[in-house]
Amino acid sequence: MPAHDVLIIGAGLAGQRAALAAAQAGASVAILSKVHPVRSHSVAAAGGINAALSEGDSWESHAFDTVKGSDYLGDQDAIEIMCRAAPDEVLWLEHAGVTFHRDSSGHLGTRAFGGASLARTYYVADITGQAILHVLYEQLMRHHESIERYEEWFTTTLVQDDDGRCVGAIAREIRSGRLEPFSARSVIVASGGAGQVFQPTTNALICTGDGIAQAYRVGAPLMDMEMIQYHPTTLAENGFLITEGARGEGAQLFNAQGERFMERYAPSKMELASRDVVSRAEQTEIDEGRGFPDGTIALDITKVPRKRTLEALREIVNIGRDFAGVDITREPIHVKPGMHYIMGGVKADVDGRTAVPGLYAAGEAACVSVHGGNRLGANSLLDTLIFGRRAGEDAARAAVGHGAARIAPAQLDDARAQLDAIVGRTAAPGARRLSSLKRELGETMNRYVAVYRDAAGLATALEVVRRLKHEAPRAAIDDKGAIFNQDVLAALELDAMLDVAEAVVVAAQERRESRGAQFRTDFPRRDDASWLHHITVSRNGAEVPSTGRAPVAITRWEPQERTY
Amino acid sequence: MASYTLRVRRFEPNSGEGPYWQQFPVELDPHRSVLEAILAVKDEVDGSLAIRCSCRAAICGSCGIRVNDRPALACNTHLRDAVGFGAHPDGETVVVEPMGNMPVVKDLVVDMDAVHWKKIHRVTPWLLNRRPVPEREYVVEHERMVDVTQTMACIQCGVCVSDCLSLEADPGFIGPAAAAKAYRFVGDPRDAEQHERLADLAEDEHGIYDCTHCFTCVDVCPKGVAPMDQIMRLRRLAGPEHRIVDRNNGERHEEAFATLVRDHGLLHEAELLPRSYGGNSPLGKLHPAAARELVSSLPAISKAVLRRKVSVRQALIGHRLAKPDLHAVQTIYDVVEHRDRRTELNLYVSGSEREEAAR
Repeated sequence: MPAHDVLIIGAGLAGQRAALAAAQAGASVAILSKVHPVRSHSVAAAGGINAALSEGDSWESHAFDTVKGSDYLGDQDAIEIMCRAAPDEVLWLEHAGVTFHRDSSGHLGTRAFGGASLARTYYVADITGQAILHVLYEQLMRHHESIERYEEWFTTTLVQDDDGRCVGAIAREIRSGRLEPFSARSVIVASGGAGQVFQPTTNALICTGDGIAQAYRVGAPLMDMEMIQYHPTTLAENGFLITEGARGEGAQLFNAQGERFMERYAPSKMELASRDVVSRAEQTEIDEGRGFPDGTIALDITKVPRKRTLEALREIVNIGRDFAGVDITREPIHVKPGMHYIMGGVKADVDGRTAVPGLYAAGEAACVSVHGGNRLGANSLLDTLIFGRRAGEDAARAAVGHGAARIAPAQLDDARAQLDAIVGRTAAPGARRLSSLKRELGETMNRYVAVYRDAAGLATALEVVRRLKHEAPRAAIDDKGAIFNQDVLAALELDAMLDVAEAVVVAAQERRESRGAQFRTDFPRRDDASWLHHITVSRNGAEVPSTGRAPVAITRWEPQERTY
Repeated sequence: MASYTLRVRRFEPNSGEGPYWQQFPVELDPHRSVLEAILAVKDEVDGSLAIRCSCRAAICGSCGIRVNDRPALACNTHLRDAVGFGAHPDGETVVVEPMGNMPVVKDLVVDMDAVHWKKIHRVTPWLLNRRPVPEREYVVEHERMVDVTQTMACIQCGVCVSDCLSLEADPGFIGPAAAAKAYRFVGDPRDAEQHERLADLAEDEHGIYDCTHCFTCVDVCPKGVAPMDQIMRLRRLAGPEHRIVDRNNGERHEEAFATLVRDHGLLHEAELLPRSYGGNSPLGKLHPAAARELVSSLPAISKAVLRRKVSVRQALIGHRLAKPDLHAVQTIYDVVEHRDRRTELNLYVSGSEREEAAR
């Protein structure tokens, strides 16, 4: 049985950063991921990473923008920690080899991003996430003696001892089908978001919320789950992302009547208001009939000099060409708000600790909460790195005081029996395919739990999710083999997605106000008197989730009216 | 909607059977991707069909396969284009199989660790920092960062590895992707060991001089990384700049090649080998090293004569080019050699100021 001080599940930016930090602190580390680390969805982060590093900028300004962006639901103590640490983190990345854009003097250069009072986004063309992820992986390869990598291993279960402490995980090697227990003194869930709960989404097929659901099942509460970010610029047909960097470089939004409609919604920041504000503006234009017939508005990137677009927005030139048949340097591209990010996740403190002893969470899987009701662009990479590092450091520290954990053979047997049962499913008459259940879930969430929500729609969504939960265990499995059986993994992923979806809907029902990404047409105002607190969702051993409250940490910025 | 036939090469190692072909009819719009066609089969017909995929947008690098005899990412290959590839395109059949040069794990999934990642490991794939490490960022020219960003754009999909001819002939070859990764550090002004890296890549008999310039990797790379261009830059740095005279005779071979083309307008094949080994002048063939190499190459030479690839007359006097043509070739050398600075093509520096002004 592999035994380590720290076991990290997920190898995107949060997981890899945690691994490097824990190894640096002297721990023996295993990092386990269902895909090869460079395939992790952090790779898709395009625009950049925020840090108050230039002269004339301050961490306070960055923190205030973040607090305001969060619609005052972000925890200000955590936001302070993140924004103070940001400059050193960017320099750490630079020294590790990230090829950040330089200005003409050879120093780090910035670009503008949404919701920020000045340009503080550091970037590598529009492949920032890819560049950082690949450089971190270079570091993992460099430190291969202290960090063991388990690539293409799917975690099926988090394991607890009799006292409820998380002592490891059970995972399946995808290539062989072998099930293996991993014991650890600390376990960090860094397995990313759950975008696939919605269809369409900008998120990759792997973003199925596995870690969120697994932590939730062993008793860790989730928080801010109602806060789902719809990104303002996604392609209508397939949900692909057009980076906010485009608007940062000067691209503008127009409705079908040729109006630059953001003048009416955010006269001062225009296209660079917070994402929730821009997405709502677009949706309003579309709903009120001023969009194009395909339910979109136009993003005009031709406002950016062509040479600059080719250098700094290369990836979306390709995406426009390959996936929409549009040369974005010559003509506008049609976009609409699309599901992009989940602000909520496993409730964690500023060191990544969850309510379950021994269990940590970091990155999009976690909710610290630095994003509150709405995440600013280019703050997600920062969140993964800062809180990934802090979780890694604390997990390594905590590991010292604990003896070697053991995983009881019975727990392995249970996990094996669960998988065998899935593989052994035969097609019952009338049973639906996994893909059909997944599609219904995604389309339902995108219809009722989107930019605008109301009680009736949320009730419908909950009804559908609960019906799908009932149907899922009957869906047939075609693949009976051991090697690279993706069918059995799809079944496990669907179970995770359904648990996450249920938590999202329940939290959205609970919050009867409009704040950040949650806009209730039946409660269209923000109501600080009643709702300036987080909503938590826990399962507490029951089948049906229950909601709770957690206070919002307010250190220096009292809630104000939010305009851009 | 259009009708396609997806013809898939299947393989399940535990079945005890060899690989086999299976066909599936698919109805999709022509601008949809090959990945969408494969996923449609997986979703609706057979969930046991294995393929790695994640982002669907040519960013994660998971879905490298071969489509109608051409390596590609399944996600950014349109069906309407795919049916036009290959030796016998019929406008309807999309043949998909696993990438080449790597062992197959199952169906369309190959073992990238065994080949691709092993080679990446070979090039010391991390920055060896120039000391002292500055308190703030390294100050680096904008152009230098843009230059290495082209190789940072590599998504490690393995598409170039799949159809690399040199790799097929010599499985030990470092290969296009790892060589591009090597340039990412050699070209990075923050790296302290550029010379050591270059010497390592030049002296390795499976290193940068093993590439045969077939352009396949440039042609198939879905991200414009142009791995062969990076290999050529490594060579230019190793030879002309760092004066690394390697034991594989790579540097001398290149120099002899360039001299012969300048002097004769076309390659003088018979002179190439003796000059590569004996020295870059007509006297090269008199050098003992050249004589030894000539003797050991006799079987190859006689085969070439028998197959009329070379004649005795050609071997003695080389090709004859008309004077103006020869002059034109030499003008190219003059122009290129008199440039102050080498102009490198780069993914991120395309288009020109003139084009911009014309708009």
